[in-house]
Amino acid sequence: MMNSPARPVVADAGGVASRPEPLLGALLIRNLFKEYRAGQPVLRDISLAVEGRGLTAIIGPSGTGKSTLIRCVNRLVDPTAGEIWFGGQDLARLRGRALRAARRRIGMVFQEYNLVERLSVIENLLCGRLGYVPAWRAFLRRFPDADIAKAFELLDAVGLGAEFATRRADQLSGGQRQRVGIARAVMQGPDLVLADEPTSSLDPKTSVEIMELLAELSAARGIPVIVNIHNVDLARRFAQRVIGMTQGEVVFDGPPEALEDRHLTLIYGGQGWLS
Amino acid sequence: MSAGAAFGPARRWVRFTPTERLARSLAYVLTAVAVVWSLRTVEVIPEFLHDAPEQTADLFVRMWPFDWAFYPKAVHAALVETLHTATLGTLLALLLAIPFSFLAARNFTRSGPLNWFAQLVFVSSRSVNSLIWALLFVAVFGPGPLAGTLAIAFRSIGFVGKLFGEALEEAQAGPIEALTAAGAPPSMILVKGYWPQVEPAFWSVALLRWDINIRESAVLGLVGAGGIGVALDAAMNNLYWDQVGLILAVIFALVIATELVTSFIRSRIL
Amino acid sequence: MSGRGPVGTLTAGTLTGGALRAAAFPARWPVRLAWIGLLLYALYAASILGVTWERFVQGLDNGARFLDRMFPPNLAPDKLELLWTGMVESIQIAVLATVFGILGSLPLGLMAARNLTPPWLSWTARGLIAVLRSFHSVIVAILFVKAVGFGALAGILALVVSTMGFVSKLFADAIEEISMKQAEAVRATGATFMSVIAMGVLPQVMARFVGFSTYQLDSNLRNSTMVGLVGGGGIGATLFTAYQRFDYDFVLTILLAIILLIMVAEVGARRLRRIFQ
Repeated sequence: MMNSPARPVVADAGGVASRPEPLLGALLIRNLFKEYRAGQPVLRDISLAVEGRGLTAIIGPSGTGKSTLIRCVNRLVDPTAGEIWFGGQDLARLRGRALRAARRRIGMVFQEYNLVERLSVIENLLCGRLGYVPAWRAFLRRFPDADIAKAFELLDAVGLGAEFATRRADQLSGGQRQRVGIARAVMQGPDLVLADEPTSSLDPKTSVEIMELLAELSAARGIPVIVNIHNVDLARRFAQRVIGMTQGEVVFDGPPEALEDRHLTLIYGGQGWLS
Repeated sequence: MSAGAAFGPARRWVRFTPTERLARSLAYVLTAVAVVWSLRTVEVIPEFLHDAPEQTADLFVRMWPFDWAFYPKAVHAALVETLHTATLGTLLALLLAIPFSFLAARNFTRSGPLNWFAQLVFVSSRSVNSLIWALLFVAVFGPGPLAGTLAIAFRSIGFVGKLFGEALEEAQAGPIEALTAAGAPPSMILVKGYWPQVEPAFWSVALLRWDINIRESAVLGLVGAGGIGVALDAAMNNLYWDQVGLILAVIFALVIATELVTSFIRSRIL
Repeated sequence: MSGRGPVGTLTAGTLTGGALRAAAFPARWPVRLAWIGLLLYALYAASILGVTWERFVQGLDNGARFLDRMFPPNLAPDKLELLWTGMVESIQIAVLATVFGILGSLPLGLMAARNLTPPWLSWTARGLIAVLRSFHSVIVAILFVKAVGFGALAGILALVVSTMGFVSKLFADAIEEISMKQAEAVRATGATFMSVIAMGVLPQVMARFVGFSTYQLDSNLRNSTMVGLVGGGGIGATLFTAYQRFDYDFVLTILLAIILLIMVAEVGARRLRRIFQ
């Protein structure tokens, strides 16, 4: 069993009882453990810290727990054990209103875009504000002016013009839908954006465009982005940090330049696919 | 084609596996037994059967010509009452069924007992005929269209609720996940996540049930629950067959008109 | 609201708040009017039908008393025997009506299929189907009672009519949707018309046929409990008698039995569908 070349960084975790500095956007995962079925853990004792700006890519074969890891952060999946510190709270312990308040600070982009197809693009964007706007206002569609203005601004920022605003989401192409998905996530004004295989349903050219968009928004707005991706080239090209997982464990953590073939073999197994 | 098309031991193509063939044969046999037993034990009084053609001919002769003058006097108001009963009953049913549909949808309510309870409500509503519901409501609220409206509503809850619940179960989980991840409150997940997906199915079911309910409302008056059935009942009791003929013709026209309206709405809007 | 400032050009920024909102949510007046209309109609219809609050409250009071008289359900042996006879007769009515209705639907449906028969025949058949569907089975039952007298036969005939109206139409529609190529292939071998039907047409529609036949059996079971109200035999007659005698506890027994019967029948129908598909 090879040792991982760079130990995962754990920010100043003194003892079990110490609480980390609440850096905006800092995510600290401690001893995360998840098993869907007893005796078959999907995540084994993961400890990670994601701080600062930039794009972090998580790579690894299918079924290795990448998606589970990402979904544990915003509790779409409940961890079996462990702590997830974000914004000064352990997300794993939150429920109800507190959980919703924490979730609205974390944006998410999905592989299948997950737009509400029969709603217009602008309505989909404004869904990003549902965690902030009172329910009656959202029901009557009386969103604040600032929200609507921001929606139009983001529509431009992701490369779609104002003419897309009233189009129904199901009239868009895959790449366009993902742009809307990204804009929706940024509408939340998040401190962190998670992306679960955002390019897996897209053709190669569009995949690059989407990754460019994510990287650009991340840099321009200072939002850290964690991306699940199985395309290693894209990961190398756009990420400032690459985390490699295999069989539920982190086996590589470092800048993309440090990612070598031997690491990829460790992560993915086999030699034939390496260029 | 059966999903179980299989290859026998000598790789001969057989259409069904032995178990399936047994099951099918059993089903055929049971059906045959049921039919034969029913034929032998059902009571038919031969004397009545003997003059049936005569009776039928007599009936039709008495009905024609229709008593057209009867229409403005009693039939028109009753017809309007029937329409209101059907429409209001359908609306009420839609309102009452929605919460149960959410209980029945297994992707929304993850409690087995609650799912089962909602299905029980639906089956009970569907099993009791609207005429029988009308009897019950006439006993409680007295004769008239109030009983009829409630009968229509209670009968329709099962129909609407079951189909709407199935539509909810077919809603894609993805958008719901996205709204949850964004921190939306449950009410907004309902309004912005579920409702846009199930809205077409909702109106389709509503329209379908309204069509059926018009037919049902027309006969509720036979037990005193208002509408054109009351006029029909009175006419039959008094043996005014020409009035009966008129009312039947009016009902026929109503049904045709409703079909046309619903086809129109379906093609233009749904 | 996020503290992060806007980045990038603002093409929509030339519009002010109100105009921006209008651009985002164009007012869909037809939809709004429809909702308002629906609400107004509901209120109007309620008032026309005399649905007032007082009547409703008084009704609830009556309702409570009514429910009280219904509980507990009457399970005396003589009543149960009446129940049993009535239920058995209803089941018989439903079974016979379904079987004969389906048998009758086969030729009618074939005749009504526009891709199989000449237009004059198909349109006449479709017209006949429309008439059969238009009248509620209760009305048909009343007419049959007049023609063949009280009893199960009237009920069976009434439900045969409604079954034929339903099944023939679905059957005809299913035939119209099939691929004519398969039938032509059979015809090219020189087979007779009946053989073409049997080998070319029927196999394609069989699966759906089982589906709507089991649905119709359920539907007939439900309706057979009702035709007795007007003299068509079955449990409906028993129920009506009990109702008129104010034997509400027996009425409850009958209702529970009907619900149970339908539940069992629905489960059975699902199994049957799975066996045949």
